[in-house]
Amino acid sequence: MSKRWFERCFQLLICGLAVCVVAVMGWVLIDVIIQGLGHFSWQFLVTAPIDAGRAGGIGPIVVSTLLILIIALTVALPLGLAVAVWLAEFAARSSRFARISGVVLDVLAGVPSIVFGLFGNAFFCVYLGLGYSLLAGGLTLACMILPIFTRTCEIGLRAVSQDWRRGTAALGMTKASAVWHVLLPAARPAVLAGMVLGIGRATAETAALLFTSGYVDRMPGSVLDSGRALAVHIFDLSMNVTGGDGAAYASALVLVVLIIILNILAQQLTDRWLQQHSRA
Amino acid sequence: MYGKPSTSRTDRWLAATLQLFTTITVLLLITIVGFLCLESWQLISGSGQNTGIFALLSGQDWYPLEGKFGMGPMILASLAVTFGAICLALPIGLACAICLQFYASRGIARWFELALILLAGIPSVIFGLWGLTRLVPIIGSWQPPGASMLAAILVLALMICPTVALTTTAALRALPLSLTAGSEALGLRLPTQIIQVYLPAARSGIISGVLLATARALGETMAVLMVAGNVVQNPSDLFSPVRVLTANIALEMAYAMGDHRGSLFASGLLLTALVWILSLWANRASGQRLLRAPYV
Repeated sequence: MSKRWFERCFQLLICGLAVCVVAVMGWVLIDVIIQGLGHFSWQFLVTAPIDAGRAGGIGPIVVSTLLILIIALTVALPLGLAVAVWLAEFAARSSRFARISGVVLDVLAGVPSIVFGLFGNAFFCVYLGLGYSLLAGGLTLACMILPIFTRTCEIGLRAVSQDWRRGTAALGMTKASAVWHVLLPAARPAVLAGMVLGIGRATAETAALLFTSGYVDRMPGSVLDSGRALAVHIFDLSMNVTGGDGAAYASALVLVVLIIILNILAQQLTDRWLQQHSRA
Repeated sequence: MYGKPSTSRTDRWLAATLQLFTTITVLLLITIVGFLCLESWQLISGSGQNTGIFALLSGQDWYPLEGKFGMGPMILASLAVTFGAICLALPIGLACAICLQFYASRGIARWFELALILLAGIPSVIFGLWGLTRLVPIIGSWQPPGASMLAAILVLALMICPTVALTTTAALRALPLSLTAGSEALGLRLPTQIIQVYLPAARSGIISGVLLATARALGETMAVLMVAGNVVQNPSDLFSPVRVLTANIALEMAYAMGDHRGSLFASGLLLTALVWILSLWANRASGQRLLRAPYV
């Protein structure tokens, strides 16, 4: 009798805690959705902020966020893909440099985002003279998403069946064309998943952008102008603007919806990729 | 990866180019550490009363305008908040993983795991906003002022709980089937199996997950900045406001000049060093690379 009782209690405790986590998460999300919808309208997405963001919309902020994202991806994707291909296909397994590069990527992935912000400010803004600008912010984010993108691509490439490589060798293909025509297409879902993950990470980032792309909420004229990212806007509205909570929640809603879509996309791509490879 | 090196000219060019890109990545890390050191070197290596590494680490007074850069209280606050968050997130995360792996039905487990992944992906600024407008007033109505160490610990625990849960789930999933067979054959009850057999067997994976979560908590800026109150003082009780290292950088970087700026870079260097030690430790504990699966 008492044994049954112990088992029941244990199960209740475990499942209770799990339900608590889901409940709190639901609280956060529902709060954002309800509070956000109260202030949200389609006009909100395209108009400029008025009165430090209390009224008006987030038009210029969305544009700045997209520009920062595009800059970050333009730099990080080719670089990351190149490193991943080298690590997975070209580097000899015993190569010391390849091992060191792997460790460097892991270390980079662990650097706190605020430290990337410090580095971006010292290097891009001051040393390279870019000032507070979208370009400096985008480049800082590129450094941040490089490790996670590279690792995902590398894992994807390594998972491509060895038979495919032997096949390309048997056909007398050069390694370059094997990578381009066979291996990268085979690892495509992994590359896409890494990209989506990187985009998610970059969209969510605040700390690294505070002193690199800056606070200005006007419509950016060029990539050398300062611009405010969506996450920075939420932070500024809630911390520095009294009465900005409504607009902050509406911006938070936009950000959360964006992140959820990206996450589900990444999840689906990874699933598809896993299925492909469990069949092969 | 196999066979002898290719003799094609294109291949040699491609390999060289790709290796060049890899070198750039390695140089990036060197540049980051280099700039952090460069900006803070004058302050770290100084031998005056208020400069030098020991004055920075153990000093109690943070009055940057008077040239006093003692980061002691903020280092303590960072450690206390991180420790508190881990103490809370570890049991809850373990419970989530156990529920996911042993108690939830297949359909529920799938949704639960999806929810955890989603929770891990929510931007920290959203948690900060929620903490600031919901959690802080609740704590404040009970123990004013509300913006406090407790609020920071709760928000951080919520943020790192999915990391602990997902790494633990992965570790439990990787256990060999023979363990289950063995403990079933011994007639052990499920709670005993979990506590006495599975958790100890998955120990290394769990430890590395916890260390990763610790690193994330230590490096987190926005959520803590928004709810912790940001008063520079030694953490005395749960309800008093504190300022952590990361929040200090975010707050003062905008107007810091000279040695003040240097001190912020020094705190960045300290944070990076702490996080790296944790990652290396996690690496050692799991015996594998950190980013094994893209989501954990």
